[in-house]
Amino acid sequence: MIEIGLTHYLFLASIIFTIGVIGIFLNRKNVIVILMSVELILIAVNINLVSFSVYLNDVVGQVFTLFVLTVAAAEAAIGLAILVVFFRNKGSIHVDDINSLKG
Amino acid sequence: MLAHSIIFYFFSFITIASSLMVIASKNTVHAVFFLILDFVSISSLFIMLGAEFLGMLTLIVYVGAVAVLFLFVVMMINVNFSELKSGFLEYIPFGLLIGLVILLELGMMIATWKYKPDFVVSNSIVNKTITNTESLGLVIYTDYIFFFQLSGFILLVAMIGAIVLTFRRKESLRRQDITTQVSRERTDSVELIEVKQSEGVKIND
Repeated sequence: MIEIGLTHYLFLASIIFTIGVIGIFLNRKNVIVILMSVELILIAVNINLVSFSVYLNDVVGQVFTLFVLTVAAAEAAIGLAILVVFFRNKGSIHVDDINSLKG
Repeated sequence: MLAHSIIFYFFSFITIASSLMVIASKNTVHAVFFLILDFVSISSLFIMLGAEFLGMLTLIVYVGAVAVLFLFVVMMINVNFSELKSGFLEYIPFGLLIGLVILLELGMMIATWKYKPDFVVSNSIVNKTITNTESLGLVIYTDYIFFFQLSGFILLVAMIGAIVLTFRRKESLRRQDITTQVSRERTDSVELIEVKQSEGVKIND
């Protein structure tokens, strides 16, 4: 318990990942919290990659984390833009109404 | 070593508690603030691991850009968020069941799995004499330059997409139309009339 190893970081990452998944299930009505849960899942993956990269003495894992970070930022921007447009048209952000995006 | 583990448990406790608050808090603005706390403590964990560059980058990208974007949208959208919270309780058993199964699977995998040290053959072993940022830079701009440029392209596409999606032209505003201004000619607006003596001009409008 005292010696902090790879396993501790992996357990931390899996707990955050699970919290993100549960957040998607619990907040079925609020799209903003769903997007935040997706960010939690992505950062849990980042913790996994960084801890493996440090424990293997291999910097490629951190490079990959950089790309995950990029995609997460792009995804947040696009998701929030869609949300703003949806709110402008519908006046609400109910997930149940979002099937009107099908057109 | 003891201080290291105490700091690790401190930061991971804050991380887990604040991510629980993100999904459970009633007010969405509070959820965004807890998300910021989460990102800050995770970047501290990255720095503890020895990935200083990624820790700072997480601070800049997540706290400085993504969380502020969330906060901006939450404040811009005028919705009664408390009514969106309805149905929270009825999903709890199902969500907890799925979450427990996922956590159990991940835990079993992590606890039983042994890492074989010579499993991965890599040519980018970290040189201990240079800094973390330098060793990242030596790899990103040489071996991974294609992926680096591709990620830049992804950001460009996301930026254009966000602008195109949220751009709105208001019809009530009178805008300057440069093409009509420039292409306007003298004959469109000026008419020369022969005026007869002592009769005046009749202007029809």
